Amino acid sequence: MNAFLAIVRRDLSLALRQGSDAAMALMFFVIVVTLFPLGVGPEPGVLERISAGIVWVAALLAAMLSLDRMFQSDYDDGTLELLLLTPAPLELLVLAKCLAHWLTTGLPMLVIAPLLGLFMNMQTEAFPVLLATMALGTPVLSLIGGIGAALVLGARRAGALVALLVLPLTIPLLIFGVSAIEAAVTGQSSEAQLLIIGAMLLATLPLAPWATAAALRQAVS
Amino acid sequence: MNWFHWFANPARFMRFAARLQPWIMALGLATGAAGLYYGLIDSPADYQQGETVRIMYVHVPSAWMAMFVYVFMAFAAASFLIWKHPLADVAAQAAAPVGAGFTLMALVTGSLWGQPMWGTWWVWDARLTSVLILFFLYLGYIALVNAFDDPERGSKAGAILLLVGAVNVPIIKFSVDWWNTLHQPASVARMDGPAIDPSMLLPLLLMAAAFQLYFFYLLIVRMRGELTARRIRLLRLSDPA
Repeated sequence: MNAFLAIVRRDLSLALRQGSDAAMALMFFVIVVTLFPLGVGPEPGVLERISAGIVWVAALLAAMLSLDRMFQSDYDDGTLELLLLTPAPLELLVLAKCLAHWLTTGLPMLVIAPLLGLFMNMQTEAFPVLLATMALGTPVLSLIGGIGAALVLGARRAGALVALLVLPLTIPLLIFGVSAIEAAVTGQSSEAQLLIIGAMLLATLPLAPWATAAALRQAVS
Repeated sequence: MNWFHWFANPARFMRFAARLQPWIMALGLATGAAGLYYGLIDSPADYQQGETVRIMYVHVPSAWMAMFVYVFMAFAAASFLIWKHPLADVAAQAAAPVGAGFTLMALVTGSLWGQPMWGTWWVWDARLTSVLILFFLYLGYIALVNAFDDPERGSKAGAILLLVGAVNVPIIKFSVDWWNTLHQPASVARMDGPAIDPSMLLPLLLMAAAFQLYFFYLLIVRMRGELTARRIRLLRLSDPA
């Protein structure tokens, strides 16, 4: 457990001191969303209709942007090999990396999402559901993204490759995230969709670190 | 498991595959010809869909193969990672473009069938979307395997990705039951027996067998090619001149 907390603390302080890296994903998130009113026109009805999808797609893209820094710098400077040599189980350390990644990208996106919803004319009743889907969904993004980030270590054009590998796996999340918000907008219950996203989180929580650890082991072997 | 380890010797596999290859081709051509005859000439047109139902004899087998090849690759990936079986990785890499081809064919023929039946080329229905994801997974695997300077690294990373992507296969299979959308539910592999007339089931199964044999034929061709290429690489490395 000490190793777990130590890694979370280390990654957080690294992110805070470098600053710009973590902020970049957030800025990207905001900029992508602001492009849409300019692209499709500022008509409020249209924006309201597409707001849930835009915010979610932008969140997926922003997460992709931040994934390559999850293991890459540790891989480059040899920290990763030391992590593999520690007695603590690698799966737990991966979980710590994913938690740190979520705290530096998922959580800020979650905080700023209602503001973007407001930009996009989203109805205020939908905000709690938007927050709920993001709160359950962004950790899934960090966990699945970890697999992709670990697989492409040492590959050519790793950044583009990680998007190709991870985005197809996150499509179910996008579908249920958006349909939960649309259900809330039309006055229906979005409980079913939220339960499914919760189930995705519960399934990826043990399984994704396991696959990521396997990928990391083969990356340094 | 004895036969499984028996193939761990690539030279033995090469000899065996070379002997098997013409038989698979002959059997595949025979079932394919019979399937085409029964499918295009002998079987009746559907009372609702008319002649367009004949698209089924290409569409359904290719969709089955799209899933079968992925499952085959996932098993190959597992045996590569667990038992370090030397041929499993060759088999997975040889199968990937073929599987991607079957998936693309299922998508294209489905689109051609959807236009007269549903009045649209494409809908974002659960079955179509999950098969499209399968296509992306194939492309992702091929891209990942080829992205490393060291082929060994690509093989291992690809094998892990194959196992991760296997979660999509049951989603495809049951998508028509879980989501009640435009695509029709399963009518052959059902608990209460096939809900399809024998006159149509026969050519469908013949075509499925032909597609299966075609896949194994291509697999052997591609695996033999890959093993030969590896041997050439080794000879080049060992011979300084």
